[in-house]
This record gives sequence, structure tokens and C-alpha cells, in this order.
Amino acid sequence: MLDTLLLSRIQFAANISFHILFPTITIALAWFLVFFKFRYDQTGEAVWLRAYRFWVKIFALTFALGVVSGITMSFQFGTNWPGFMERIGNIAGPLLGYEVLTAFFMEATFLGIMLFGMKRVSPRLHTFATLIVAIGTTLSAFWILSLNSWLQTPTGYTLVDGVFYPKDWFEIIFNPSFGYRFFHMLLASALTASFLMAGISAYRLLKEDHKHAPKLTLKVSLTVAALLAPMQMFVGDLHGLNTFEHQPQKVAAMEGVWETEQGAPLLLFALPDEQTRTNHFEVAIPKLASLILTHDKDGEIKGLNEFKGEHPPVKPVFFGFRIMVGIGVLMILVALVARYTLWKHSTLPTWQLKALVVMTFSGWIATLAGWYVTEIGRQPFMVNGLVKIEELVTTVPSEHVLLTLIGYLALYAVLLTAYIKTLFYTARNAVQVEEYQTTPVQGGQYV
Amino acid sequence: MFSAEYLALLYSALMALAIIVYAVLDGYDLGVGILLPGNNKPAADTMIASIGPFWDANETWLVLAVGLALIAFPTAHSIILQALYLPIAFMLLGLILRGVAFDFRAKAKTRYRQTWDRCFKLGSLITAFTQGYMLGLYVMSFEHSLASHLFAALSGVGVIAAYTLIGAGWLIMKCEGEIQNSAIRWCRLSNLIALLGVLAVSMVNPLINAYVQTRWFGTEISLLMLPLPLICMVLFIIQDRVLVKLNQNPSYGCWLPFAITVMIFLLCFFGLVYSFFPYVVPGTLTIFDALADPSALTFMLYGVVLVVPAIIGYTLFSYRVFWGKTQDLSYY
Repeated sequence: MLDTLLLSRIQFAANISFHILFPTITIALAWFLVFFKFRYDQTGEAVWLRAYRFWVKIFALTFALGVVSGITMSFQFGTNWPGFMERIGNIAGPLLGYEVLTAFFMEATFLGIMLFGMKRVSPRLHTFATLIVAIGTTLSAFWILSLNSWLQTPTGYTLVDGVFYPKDWFEIIFNPSFGYRFFHMLLASALTASFLMAGISAYRLLKEDHKHAPKLTLKVSLTVAALLAPMQMFVGDLHGLNTFEHQPQKVAAMEGVWETEQGAPLLLFALPDEQTRTNHFEVAIPKLASLILTHDKDGEIKGLNEFKGEHPPVKPVFFGFRIMVGIGVLMILVALVARYTLWKHSTLPTWQLKALVVMTFSGWIATLAGWYVTEIGRQPFMVNGLVKIEELVTTVPSEHVLLTLIGYLALYAVLLTAYIKTLFYTARNAVQVEEYQTTPVQGGQYV
Repeated sequence: MFSAEYLALLYSALMALAIIVYAVLDGYDLGVGILLPGNNKPAADTMIASIGPFWDANETWLVLAVGLALIAFPTAHSIILQALYLPIAFMLLGLILRGVAFDFRAKAKTRYRQTWDRCFKLGSLITAFTQGYMLGLYVMSFEHSLASHLFAALSGVGVIAAYTLIGAGWLIMKCEGEIQNSAIRWCRLSNLIALLGVLAVSMVNPLINAYVQTRWFGTEISLLMLPLPLICMVLFIIQDRVLVKLNQNPSYGCWLPFAITVMIFLLCFFGLVYSFFPYVVPGTLTIFDALADPSALTFMLYGVVLVVPAIIGYTLFSYRVFWGKTQDLSYY
């Protein structure tokens, strides 16, 4: 039965999934742009400016998609989840408010100068504007991840008649899972942006683009990916340990553990079955899950049966986790191999370039899979252990929600297609552009 | 910690500030979108270039306004947003179309460019109309009758006219030659329609709403308030005269129509706020009853005091950077 609750959940999930694609790119891409611009100011080499010019276009488009899909969500709190603000508003409100005040305005205003102001302000001020935009995107991530983490691991509040009141803002903002989640997300963004940059640069090279810029951006992005992909594995592991401490039911679903076990195996593959509360087709490494989570091969992992009725649906969490980790491992391999080849031969063979093109959006898939694990893993709660999602839903008739849901889905499908096509079109367009002029014209500008 | 009463007044003042700044700033760029010609690429390029560096920040004021409602008056926020479920969804559709069309038109294949231009225009129209429609429903206290929806539709047309007016004022100020001349014509026409719209709303509002009637005719300060509508009318007439003069002599104060329109916006908005104060949901909920927890709002206030002046500062700076007549826009 398609009721308002289910439809509202699908709608919010669709919106937030669509939205997260774009900030995931822009948070880190902004820092790449700061780097390109800074190197240009430092060396005066035109190639850095060309790299900047090409990627600033993609940044602008991605940023615009992030802005418009973000506005949608700020309204949905009120239209579909009125209970959210009525009960959690005293905590969530100021965190969202600080995001608008300290991040949104700064990003949006300096973005204008960054995109269109190079001829109108001094080079130093223009680099500064780029830096401010990068700081803005990161601050925005800071506040929203603080709020999300608070929903996962609430601290620093008092609860009176079902309504949350703030007691200690420091504890609220820096709640136990915040640091892990924030760095995990920043690294996810860095990897998503580097694989996007590597993929598009490889695509330009495959299209016989002999300019220096795509080679340079390929090198920079692969260097970042090779450094950060292994680090992400490490941070992700710490994040998992933190989740094991605060949300054991989520970890039990991730690992597919039904009965509490000592020395639980790591399941490489299985088909969890919620009816029989067992797994089928298990492929397992004995004792490894216990070893990873408790640092003891006979350590205890609480099973899902201890949380009957209050644990998340197992399949999406279980498979989401495996997709995320699988792609993460693939990213490490590809980044290391490609960066090594580049170091040895200063060029990549065609098959590696093609592999990078295939991996262009790998960051998106891993990021989405990871968010599904953590968000579905919090179900059925909105605030972990305290407030269930069904308590917060709107009274709007379900037909209205169905109507808007169809509208959003159709629009998002069109926009996503247009976005991806435009990225590759922009890349092909850049191939055709004549070798740029290498001597500065008026005011230090290159054309 | 500040008293609840003080916080309620302060946050409603902030919310009012965010709404009126939004109406003026996003108003002009939506207006430019509504006026976008379908068959004249150079003109469309210049018009879009005039709003390029600003539209994104302009839209952020809407997020701030909704955010403040959400933070300071959560109960009112959820009553209003649930009552306006469908119009809001359509507005968001309009805002999304417009926002992405702006970037796609510059980057997508040439054969898609005109489609994105149409999306830009259509998105601007939908956004303006639905905002007016919601304003109309709000004034009618979300009553679901035929009359109420008709009034809301009328109000939607009124807001289209108002945004066209301020958009044309912006173009007169920022453009030259052919675009400026057409903008003067559009400005005169929308000036007339907006005048009719304001007259209609001003008459209907006290007639249907006893509370509004008392505010304007039944208290001691009513007498002091009554000149406001008159000044507003006079401004419309001055606007018309200015436009006639500008048509003869384009160098005659090209910033005047925009400035006059801003004053009209301010007066109308003040009138609206005065009509309903202290209600945040007309006839149902006052700002004092809807207020969130004072300690959360006090925490938020530090940020507001520190950051809002900075926002105003760098917004002014950005307008100074792009001061003067619009030049071609390219990504640099």
C-alpha cells in the first residue's frame, strides 16, 4: 500500500540521493581549483590556468545542481516531515541555520566573483575568492554532517515530553560519531572528484587531445587518489569501530550476524533472509569479523536477534556495505597501478585510460552505497534509539505526495542525463579548441 | 538568555528582512528570466550576463527565510508548508529548471541551447506565479474555497507583474541600447499591471479579513498608517513619468526605475506585515505562541550577530565588483 509515510520516505531518499551527488564533487573540486589557481599565481605557467578554466566550468554546473536540489530539501522538512522540526528543531534548527549563515551565502557570493570576476578584481583577490568558496563548501559539509551524526549518536540534550532541548552545544556539535563521519565524507569527496577528473582527463587523451592540460590534471588527480584511497580504507575502518560501539544493530546488519557470536566470520558473500533469520550461500573467512571489530579473534559480536523489531532491514545494509567496500578496493588498485605506470613511463597505455573512463563516476556509487548503509542502518529510528521515523510524517494526502514524487523522479532523470552528457561534451569541446595562446595579453590574461 | 518575547520580535524582524531582501534580489533576476526573448540570442546572452554573478546568492535569501521560519517558528513552519504542499512543489520545480538552465545553456550543445532558454523563462514564470499564489492563499488564511483560489491566482499574476517590473528596472539600469529600450516599454506595462494588482489586494484584504480591517481603520495608529498606500500610489505615477522621460533621453537617471520599484516593494511588504502582525499564521498562531526553545535561539543569535553584517558587507562588495553596465559574460 502506497501510504503517505512510504511515499514521503521514497521522496526524501530520492531527493537526498540526487542532491549528495553534486556536493560530493564540489567540496573537493573547489580545493583542486584553489590548487590550480595558486600554482598559476606562483609559477605564471599558462597550463595551470587552462586546467582551472576547464574545471571551473564543470564546477559551476555541478554547484548549480547542488544548490537547486538542496533548496528542495530545506522545504521538505516542513512539507513532508513536520514532526522532525517540532521535536528535533531545537537541535537541528541552529545547526542548519549556521550552515546557511556561515556557508551558503559565502559560497554563493564569492562564486560570482570566482566565475565571472577574473577581469574585474586583482589576481590575488580572485584566488582569495576561490579559496573562500572552497572553505564554504567544506563548512557546509561540517554543519550538515554534525547534524546527521547527532541523529546517529545523540548527546548533549535533554528530552522533555518527546521534545529535544539543547544542553551542551559542544557535545551536540562534536558528538561521538561526528569526527569519523566528517573525515570519511571529506575523503569520499576527494576520491569522487579525483576519479571524475582522472576519468575526464583520460577521455580527453583518448580523444587525441595533445595539449598539456589534460596530462597535468590526470597526474594531479591520480596522485591525490593514490594517496587518499588507502587512507579512506583506514578512516572507514575507524568509523566502523565507532559504529560498532554506538549502533551495534547497524554493524550486525552490515556483517549479516543474526545470533550473537564469539569469533564471528567475515562474510564475503551471503544472501540474508529476514523470514528465516539466517543467511544462504555464505562465503566466509572464519573469525575475521570479530578480529576486525574487537581486535580479538574470539571477540563477541551482538546479533540482530537481540534487537528484534528495532533493527534495520538487513539486505540493503548488507549489500550496500559490500558494494562500498568493493568499489573502494577497486579504486585503491586502479589509483596505485595508474599512478605507478605514470611515474615509470610518464604516460598511460590505452587500456588504463579506458579503465579510468569507466571509473569516472565510481566515487558516486561508493558514496551512495556508503550513505545507504549508514542511513538505512539507522532505521527504524530518526534519532537513534529515541524517535521513530513514522512518528514525524506529514498529514498531506498520499496522492499529492505521489504526484510530486513522480515529478521529482522524472526531473532528476532528465537532469542527471543532461549533466553526464554535458560533462563529456565539454571535454570533447575542449579537444577541438586550438592550442591556447601562450603569451599573456592585457592584464596577464590568456585566451 | 534573552526573553522569549524579545526573541520572537527579533527573529520575526530577521525573517521579514530575509523575505523582503529575497523579493527584491531574486525578484529582479526572476523578472529578467520572465522577459528573456526566445529569438534574440545576443540580447538573451547580455540579459543573462547581467544577473550571472548574483542569482545564486539571491536565491540563498529564500533558504534563509525558510530556514529562519523553521528554526524560530517550527510549528508555524510546518502548518504553512503542509497547507502549501502542491504550490511549493511547483515552485521548486520552477526554481530547479531555472537554476540548471542558467548553466546548461552556456555549456550544452548549441541545438539544445534554445530549449534551455525556454526552460529558464518557464522556470522563472512558474516560480513567480506560485510565490504569488502562495501569498494569496496565506492572505486568505489557507481557506479552500473557489474564491480563495481565484484570489490566489490573481495574486500570482500580480507577483509576475511585480517581478517583471523590478526585472525591467534592473535591465534599464544594467543594459544599453536595444535591450534598455525594450526594458523601458516592459517596465511601463508591468508598472500598470502591478498598480492594478496592488489596488486589488489592498481593497480585498481588509474586506475579507476583520483583523486586517481593524489594523488599518480601527486603532489609534491607523491614521498614521493610511498615508502609506497613498505614497505607494504616487510612486507608481512617478515611475510612469520617469519612464516616459527615459524613453526620450536614455541617460536620464537609469537607476531610477529600479530604485522606485524597490521603494514600492518595501511599502507593500511593510503594509502586509503590519496587516497581520503579530500573527505568523493568519488568525491562528502568533509569533509569541509559535516560538521555539529560547536557549536554542540564543545560541543561534551569536551567529546571526556576527555573520549577518559580514553577509551584507560582502554582498555589497560583490555588487561593487560588477558595478556599471553589463559586459559579455565568460567564465574566467
